[in-house]
Amino acid sequence: MDSPFRLESGRKSWGRVVDAKHWVARPGSMDDASQTPASAAAGDMSVLPFGLGRSYGDSNLNPGGALIETRRMDRFIRFDREAGLLHAEAGVSLDEILRVVVPHGFFLPTTPGSRIVTLGGAIANDVHGKNHHRAGSFGSHVRRFRLARSDGSITEVTPHETPELFEATIGGLGLTGLILDAEVALVRIPSAYIDQTIEPLAHMDAFFDIAELRAEHSEHTVAWIDCTATGPRLGQGVFSSGDWSQTGAHEAHSAGAGPTFPVDAPGFALNPVTLKLFNTAYRRRQAMKARVSRVHYGSFFHPLDSINDWNRLYGAKGFYQYQSVIGVAAAREATRAMLERISASGEGSFLAVLKTFGDRPSPGVLSFPEPGATLALDFANRGDKTLRLLADLDAIVREAGGRLYPAKDGRMSADMFQVGYPNWERVEQLRDPAFSSAFWRRVTA
Amino acid sequence: MNQTEPKKIVVLGGLSAMAVASARRLAAHGASFVLVGRKEEPLTREAQDLKARGAPVAEIQVLDLTDVSACDAALDTARETLGGLDAVLVFYGVLGDQQEAETSPEHAAMIIDINYSSAVHWILAAARALETHAGQGGVLLTASSVAGDRGRRSNFVYGSAKAGVSVLMQGLAHKWAAMDNAPSAVNLKLGFVDTPMTDGVAKGGPLWAKPDAIGALVEKAVLRPGGPVVYGPWFWRWIMLAIRATPAAIFNKVNL
Repeated sequence: MDSPFRLESGRKSWGRVVDAKHWVARPGSMDDASQTPASAAAGDMSVLPFGLGRSYGDSNLNPGGALIETRRMDRFIRFDREAGLLHAEAGVSLDEILRVVVPHGFFLPTTPGSRIVTLGGAIANDVHGKNHHRAGSFGSHVRRFRLARSDGSITEVTPHETPELFEATIGGLGLTGLILDAEVALVRIPSAYIDQTIEPLAHMDAFFDIAELRAEHSEHTVAWIDCTATGPRLGQGVFSSGDWSQTGAHEAHSAGAGPTFPVDAPGFALNPVTLKLFNTAYRRRQAMKARVSRVHYGSFFHPLDSINDWNRLYGAKGFYQYQSVIGVAAAREATRAMLERISASGEGSFLAVLKTFGDRPSPGVLSFPEPGATLALDFANRGDKTLRLLADLDAIVREAGGRLYPAKDGRMSADMFQVGYPNWERVEQLRDPAFSSAFWRRVTA
Repeated sequence: MNQTEPKKIVVLGGLSAMAVASARRLAAHGASFVLVGRKEEPLTREAQDLKARGAPVAEIQVLDLTDVSACDAALDTARETLGGLDAVLVFYGVLGDQQEAETSPEHAAMIIDINYSSAVHWILAAARALETHAGQGGVLLTASSVAGDRGRRSNFVYGSAKAGVSVLMQGLAHKWAAMDNAPSAVNLKLGFVDTPMTDGVAKGGPLWAKPDAIGALVEKAVLRPGGPVVYGPWFWRWIMLAIRATPAAIFNKVNL
């Protein structure tokens, strides 16, 4: 049999720091897809599923090994409009799902900040959204899926009949086999619009003072923090909360692509001065908006999806994203310590996102969310200087008993990972022996 | 017919990546489909997908499209399944291998038969069916190629078959332009599209289009047919204009 894998160079993750060669297969049919892991094993290659490449670091890369691109596995299997259930192949994107289900008054139970991710990727990273405190993570709404393993088998996995494999695969970074298809429960929405309330935050304490209260009353909450602010203004920003609007049509986002970020920004474009200018301008613009407004879900949940290839903004050397979660008790002080360290560095993001997670348990062994506060930032890759800053942040997170989000990570140490995810060996035991990633080799070394 | 009414569409070559992308877009407008092709199981999956996306009817017909003995009967059956007929999309085809075609008569014949000889029968049968049952508002759409605009060393056997399709469709458009209440003939001339058919070719760069970009052109051509020739994407019109205008003395020195 011909090998379905072809050698390709230039494969990058969303952060664009790593650029690697892979043997890539792009199966289209379920039959072909289900045999691809076995083909990789037969060729003595390690293999990893690859969706739309929105993981930032190296959890979706397998340099020198094989990738199974899932984007051609993009068929809907059944959309049950009575029960609100969607069954689709793993390479269907959340973008496509929303375009199909929204006109019928349904929505995904939760959506990450980009809808340009595959269903399989959403499961493998157990993604979360602004409604985590109500809905929990994406994996909480997955009813079943099928896994193709490198021994040629196909296993039907459900939370009740095969709980171990289910929990190892939700958030399992694609390591337990290739997800072929999955069924998820949808939610009904009264309209495609969100009634949004925006309030200014004078400093970080203001966030912690209101976050819990707002989460009690609103389904969706998130804050943007100006990570260049210092002193008494440390952590100033805006708090956004929203609920589905009772009025408005069920119109899906438009299918047309928006503008594309055309080239890599030059390295000097992002510097302490432009960062400061951007953060100040953004905060003022948000604060000047009407306190209450009605916005389409597209601009509320997925603001960056309207610009293709926005990751090129950080220049040719790429960037690191850093997302931590710190438990409730230590969250305020640890977040302060991180923001102080970042603002002192002059590095930092155009946008830093701060949000509280609720206490609904995540189903996956390696699921990232846990009750507490999560902070997400981008840092342009400036080599050692950036890595030193991130190591300092690691120390703060570790001291506070927190952990980092594997989907965002391209550099955490094995020690940092294993302390954050003490049950990681449950995934290692159920990992398909042919499946691996750059991330996994690093954090289990 | 009123163009806002959901369309009833037959797709020849229902597994083509561009056909799939086109049908998905049209399904969102409530179109119904009969997908015709050789492979039952994958066709069934595409039909399922179209139903989930909003197609009230999505059925399949399993047959070998190079068997041209039953074109009229197959289209009749499809029309009965759909309860009418508004459009026939001809998407099946094969790229073949130029070097093999130059040495193996069987391979050359296969390329010509699939891309041209059988297509002639299907196109003429579809033209008859659309003239009778659709009239104005009906659309016959073919997926041809810019390779048919000028022969070049890397793919001229395939190109000659596509040139045949293009001339056939040009003639049909000419005929229908002179008829009252005639359907529209639309010939898509496609450049490089990132599909499984082109997986053996090095891809990337600004000339490569995604199947969905072609789907958008088909969506428009079926719902609001415009001119008889549509380049996909649009820039190929200008590229091919330049290529056709290049004198042979220069063109023949270029390795294309």
